[in-house]
Amino acid sequence: MMAFLSLLARNRLAIVGLFVLSFVILLSLLTPFLNLSDPDITNTAERFNMPFSSNAILGTDHLGRDLFSRLLWGTRLSLAVGFVAAVIAAVCGAAIGILAGYYGGNTDNILMRGVDMLMAFPYILLALAIVAALGPGLMNALIAVAVVNIPFFARNIRGVTVGIVHREFVDAAKLSGMSDVRIILTEVLPNVIPVIVIAMSTTVGWMILETAGLSFLGLGSQPPRADLGSMLGEARAALITNPHTSIIPGLMILVIVVSINLLGDGIRDALDPRLKSGALSRPMSKTKVVASKTNQINKANYLLQIRGLKTEFQVKDRTYDAVRGVDLSIKQGECLGLIGESGSGKSVTALSIMGLVASPPGVITGGSVYFKDNDLVQAPYDVLRKLRGNRISYIFQDPLSTLHPLYTIGQQLIEAIQVHQSISREGARARALNLLQNVQIPNAEERLNAYPHELSGGMRQRVCIAMALVNDPELIIADEPTTALDVTVQSQILNLLDDLRRERGLSILFITHDFGVVSQLCDRVAVMYAGEIVEEGATETILKNPLHPYTSRLMACVPKGSAGQKSLETIPGLPPSLDKIPSGCAFAPRCKSASKACRSTEINLIATAKDTHVRCIALEHANLEMTS
Amino acid sequence: MTTAVELKNLSKSFPVGKRLFGRTHKLITAVDNISMVVPQGETLGIVGESGCGKSTLAKMLVGLLQPTGGEIEIFGKPLNRLKSSHIGHDIQYVFQDPISSLNPRKTIRQIMHAPLKHLKKLPYKAREEKISEIFAAVHLKHEFLDRYPHEFSGGQAQRIGIARALAASAKVIILDEPVSALDVSVQAQILNLLSDLREKYNLTYLFISHDLSVIETISDRVAVLYFGSVVEMGPADKIFPKPRHPYTKLLAESAPSIGHALNRSSVLEADLPDPLNPPVGCAFQERCPYASSICREEAPALISTSEGVQVACHNANIAPR
Repeated sequence: MMAFLSLLARNRLAIVGLFVLSFVILLSLLTPFLNLSDPDITNTAERFNMPFSSNAILGTDHLGRDLFSRLLWGTRLSLAVGFVAAVIAAVCGAAIGILAGYYGGNTDNILMRGVDMLMAFPYILLALAIVAALGPGLMNALIAVAVVNIPFFARNIRGVTVGIVHREFVDAAKLSGMSDVRIILTEVLPNVIPVIVIAMSTTVGWMILETAGLSFLGLGSQPPRADLGSMLGEARAALITNPHTSIIPGLMILVIVVSINLLGDGIRDALDPRLKSGALSRPMSKTKVVASKTNQINKANYLLQIRGLKTEFQVKDRTYDAVRGVDLSIKQGECLGLIGESGSGKSVTALSIMGLVASPPGVITGGSVYFKDNDLVQAPYDVLRKLRGNRISYIFQDPLSTLHPLYTIGQQLIEAIQVHQSISREGARARALNLLQNVQIPNAEERLNAYPHELSGGMRQRVCIAMALVNDPELIIADEPTTALDVTVQSQILNLLDDLRRERGLSILFITHDFGVVSQLCDRVAVMYAGEIVEEGATETILKNPLHPYTSRLMACVPKGSAGQKSLETIPGLPPSLDKIPSGCAFAPRCKSASKACRSTEINLIATAKDTHVRCIALEHANLEMTS
Repeated sequence: MTTAVELKNLSKSFPVGKRLFGRTHKLITAVDNISMVVPQGETLGIVGESGCGKSTLAKMLVGLLQPTGGEIEIFGKPLNRLKSSHIGHDIQYVFQDPISSLNPRKTIRQIMHAPLKHLKKLPYKAREEKISEIFAAVHLKHEFLDRYPHEFSGGQAQRIGIARALAASAKVIILDEPVSALDVSVQAQILNLLSDLREKYNLTYLFISHDLSVIETISDRVAVLYFGSVVEMGPADKIFPKPRHPYTKLLAESAPSIGHALNRSSVLEADLPDPLNPPVGCAFQERCPYASSICREEAPALISTSEGVQVACHNANIAPR
């Protein structure tokens, strides 16, 4: 609740809305206690008094009634009717929506087709019909407005409920012996309430308007009782001669509806989890950089050299150090594996290379990424844009979310080709076809016209690889490209990548958590833990003889698949939280052989024999002894 | 030895292409005529790729889905699937995604109380005691009880999921890919925990996974599923070292492991058969290098061989190991 209020408080307009609305509500609550003249007493001698006249502060209407008094009493009535209608519509709509969404099948069909019938008529016509059937009167207008708004709630809530019912915790509740009614009330409803509140906050204003509309037409509040709509309706005849009689209630409607809508938008933004996680804050086209320029430490024939790369996420008052000084280099035609557990910073490293980390909250705070002679960290957006998908391209884990669902494979490939090359549509199409054949997609010609959902997971990943190859890149960054695939398909995709890189001399940065995949595909491997490389070297050397305790123990955790191996090695504890990384070696709290020195001093990545590098103090000492 | 779970010709098909009225015209068969026996105390590993029917099978076993044919018996009694209040009594379930299997708006205490209250009908005090006992068994701190699911890491959340399954005191637990969402080091912790719990409470596991090395490590016996049917079943140490079914062989060779070169075998690259138009004969024929004319005419039956292995392949004898 506090979190919600502080989120709401960040939206200034919502706060303005809240204040104005609170003021209006307070005023209407206090109306009976203010010493106002009776709003319904007519005094035709005093008709059409101007505002600020002697005995009526806002003047009088065509029957000489005090406008100020009528305005306050009218506001009170309009607000009450609007809110009650909103509550009725929300309760009925939510009930229909939850029942339809939870039970599905025929229940869903019958309920939702009923709702569809309500929606088939223009709502104002429907409201008029309902009032006509029930007879004019405020209560009937209220019922009409509520009924007209039920479909909006029902459809909204049904959609959300369907999503929730398919979540695993509902199955879990069934398995805990809970009845359907209990599941609806305790599992589904609490998750739907935010949506109901959002929907209500954005429709109350609308319902007040609709009620006013019905009253304006003389179907709502009956004379002499005032509500804002009937005041407008009665003043209509004198619109030209005495405009104040219509302007005053009109302004009040405007103030109420605008303040409710501002507040409603604020509530929606504060409650909607998608908006909360920053979906609305559009990320910059390139990650924010606050690093100073560094000199290139040039080693010959490296295609990509990352030196001291630091990337952090600044969320409110916390800083999460995702990448803490990573050094990596990739030669032409080489495949480098980057392995680590979730949260180790491997994906952030990969995204930092091309400035693809979302900013805010991501910031590159140090280091350089040299692609040939260009420092990509310091490069302007234009340079990065020309390189993205051209010289360096990415393949991501989930091909279904990488491909656009509404365009065919062919359209997407052709677009990717035409962005970087000036080539005719026919030429691009021929090239796209050729690429699909290169990634061994059967019936490539037909598949060009297929939509992503029509392909299997493996085929989609092949399409993504084809898309990465569109402009003959020199480097492909593959972020867990086979993790979502079945083993037999994974093996096909790995084969494909291996063939492609040998045929085309491609360099690949291959990110994974699977030692088996690394051993099959990569020439060299770097192991990441808590934002740092802890060990790096030739794949065979490291997998045969891991030197860093983290590498060796992580490898020991992998089930060997020999039946009868009933107890697996484990690493006790958890990786450190990225906003509280311990000083010294980040792995020390989980390491069996950690000493005092491990927890105090900074530990460097040092070269060992056989061209490997290790970040471990125990080996540092061993090495010093060897050399001295 | 007591039989914990017995499946007799279990099948499940789903209608597709809904019509407003009348019966639907097409059926997709997700699980096709599966029979198996699982003795008490055993871990049966069920391995297969996406679309092989393993999740459908799991949901039927706990009563979340109704079979369209066949029988499920738990300790000799047919699974009571008439009353929804009986779901979860004899057989429990551990979900793949530990976080999404916990209601984000409930505390762990509320989640843990549910099965004890509704299934076991225990009074509050007894529930609290039982929860303490289970939490100790799965190595969770007691103070976690008042926290919300989003405060936990995947490994901790999965321990909570296991604790919830234990709370119902069911003797049979279905584990539906319980470690595939976890990191390797955490996965090892959970697998060890599961082995310990099995010993301690004399549980029977049906462990579903796509990961061969995990299945091989934790299971006593393994069933390989392809396109809704069991293609090979037998003791874990007999299946993978020398697979008899070409699909098992393909799986074993595709699994990446340290020191194995990439599998560049001759297996034909093809997708799963179209479930709307299942092929006549063996479902694996399109991908099988040994497919002969009989494979295209007749579906192979599951036949017992020596060594206690059952295999459904016309060419099981000639398929090279």
